[in-house]
Amino acid sequence: MFDLDPSVIVRAMPALWNGLKFTLLLTLVAMSVGIVVGTLLALMRLSGNRVMRGFALGYVTVMRSIPLVLVIFWFYFLMPLLLQMTFHTERPVQIGPVMTAFVTFCMFEAAYYSEIIRGGIQSISGGQKQAAQALGLRPSQAMLYVILPQALRRMLPLLLTQTIILFQDTSLVYVLSIADFTGAASKFAQRDGRLVELYLFVALVYLVICYLLSRLSKRLKRSTERTA
Amino acid sequence: MQCFSLNVGVGMDYNWNWSVFWDFAPGESASYLHWLVTGTSWTLATTLLAFTLAFLIGGTVGTLRTSTVRPLVWLGNLYTEVFRNIPLLVQMFICFFVVPELLPLSWGDYLKQDLPYPSFFSAVVALTLFTSAKLSELFKAGIESVAYGQRGAALALGLRPTQMYLNVLLPQAIRVVFPPLTSEALNTLKNSSVALTIGLMELTAQARNVSEYSFNTFEAFTAATVIYVAISLLMTFVMGRIESSLAVRGATR
Amino acid sequence: MIQMKNLSKWYGDFQVLKDCTTQLSRGEVMVVCGPSGSGKSTLIKCVNGLEPVQEGQISIDGQPVTGRGVDLPKLRARVGMVFQHFELFPHLTIVENLNLAQIKVLKRDVTTATSKSTALLERVGLKAHAHKYPIQLSGGQQQRVAIARALAMDPIAMLFDEPTSALDPEMVNEVLDVMVELAGEGMTMMCVTHEMGFARKVADRIVFMDGGEIIEDVKSEEFFSAPRSDRARSFLSKILQH
Repeated sequence: MFDLDPSVIVRAMPALWNGLKFTLLLTLVAMSVGIVVGTLLALMRLSGNRVMRGFALGYVTVMRSIPLVLVIFWFYFLMPLLLQMTFHTERPVQIGPVMTAFVTFCMFEAAYYSEIIRGGIQSISGGQKQAAQALGLRPSQAMLYVILPQALRRMLPLLLTQTIILFQDTSLVYVLSIADFTGAASKFAQRDGRLVELYLFVALVYLVICYLLSRLSKRLKRSTERTA
Repeated sequence: MQCFSLNVGVGMDYNWNWSVFWDFAPGESASYLHWLVTGTSWTLATTLLAFTLAFLIGGTVGTLRTSTVRPLVWLGNLYTEVFRNIPLLVQMFICFFVVPELLPLSWGDYLKQDLPYPSFFSAVVALTLFTSAKLSELFKAGIESVAYGQRGAALALGLRPTQMYLNVLLPQAIRVVFPPLTSEALNTLKNSSVALTIGLMELTAQARNVSEYSFNTFEAFTAATVIYVAISLLMTFVMGRIESSLAVRGATR
Repeated sequence: MIQMKNLSKWYGDFQVLKDCTTQLSRGEVMVVCGPSGSGKSTLIKCVNGLEPVQEGQISIDGQPVTGRGVDLPKLRARVGMVFQHFELFPHLTIVENLNLAQIKVLKRDVTTATSKSTALLERVGLKAHAHKYPIQLSGGQQQRVAIARALAMDPIAMLFDEPTSALDPEMVNEVLDVMVELAGEGMTMMCVTHEMGFARKVADRIVFMDGGEIIEDVKSEEFFSAPRSDRARSFLSKILQH
């Protein structure tokens, strides 16, 4: 029954390590860009301009209603066509799976981060905005120097939780045959025929990393509750 | 069968064809629409079955984690942390590729050869485990948030722990838990698409199929998007109705 | 200096200010008082445009606050406001709280702003706390910082919206003392408050409001010795029992 060969993990290590680096890179980029774009989307949702509000609402709603895999396919198959239309090239512009993955994850996560940040902004009391305005700060200055810093700090645990989900979701680049951590294990496993050891190892690594991150998030939550 | 050729600028010759769904793929006996309907059925079956099972398991595990029996709490925590922190894709691979290898030979062979719809089976198992871990977090938080005093009051009246849970804590906790529960139900719907990696021909997989055979990529994916949004709205509506019917007058939350 | 003419304001169908007219001259100290719900907090928030009005005009130092095309932030930089719940910025240190608007609005450089902030903190007796965060200070200390923060902008007038209502009794005096000192230096002040002892000591004029209307608008001595209206009389008798 058990015919395990742990040495395959050692042999696969270089490929696995490269895969893990890709996973971490994708997570960090998608988190950073996602939070920035998410903040913009949140501000658009809260703005007085109806067009901006509608666009942000539509974008966030659609992105959050459909599976990530479908969003990946949307971008992968349709971005080349869109770019062809925009730049009037002869044939669809080839993006490549890696670029698609980065763009997709940034745009997808932005929708999720924006809901968290919007909640954060709305939770800051109106008195803070009034105090900032009373000092003569313009609405953009009040948002940038008073409201947003507080909102982001307050939402840090939820932002971290979303990042953990993002970290797990990066495994879905598998559908584009990209060698992230899971993909690298999969490629190696199929080549060598040793699925059991590699997939269990991958599961273990994810388990450890996500567990530690969620502990960090819980500790952050408790410390922000203390200072509030 | 209409075929418009849309020429926008130079070199753009995507053939828009919204009636593609009534076409048949070359050599196939069913229309593309039929493919999408099949896909949707698999998606719904996977989602509903997994979520129902996850609700029951997650509810149980979450409740166990609030008990005063240390080993039960520890077991519940272990279950939750393991199935929550491993990505769904990896769990599906393990269910589909790894578990049959690790089981006793006869069971393993059954899973690999005789089990009908092996992809569906693995998908439901993995999705159930993953979702139940998330739901156990929800239930644990919900039970703990119900007025602290309720626990003491129930015990003081002489209710046994099981009775206290079933009659006092859980009914109130379920109402607290409903909004995030609805959110997780929608997540389960979206997560069902991950099963395409182990061969389940659910909606997203079928949409990609349609696009590959017909080259009407835009129409295929739009249809899938519309269907997912429609199901989401339907699920939100149904959950909302269930939530209203659970409303208790005079509750403090 | 500050003029209000025929101010009327509605929240939906409910009229919260009814045809209010009054004015405040340079160097005057005006106290606005009245029962809860009389509209006094709303009135003072209209002065610097934090609350919009549907009817009427307001002007500060000749500049209109109401009407179209008004650069409100610029106007607000010239008038200081102190809030009931202090509203210090919790993510900044005390000195950063005072510096923020100086740097971003008045375009002072950091050094100039900091030395001004430190001087003001010294004046309100809180220089030692400059690098602490608001949460580390008591309510009375936070409110004194709030006053200093408003003064850092070199305002031509100061608005106080129930500055001591959220304070524990033992901290009320430390804040009132700062306000008395400010009045003594000739600052133009409009205060919404219940502290009638303070009003008696420092106010030049008392405006009594009830139900959104200005009932009395008289010199301070007149109000306390011989209030003209019944409502003012009953209000005073209830307040001055303590």
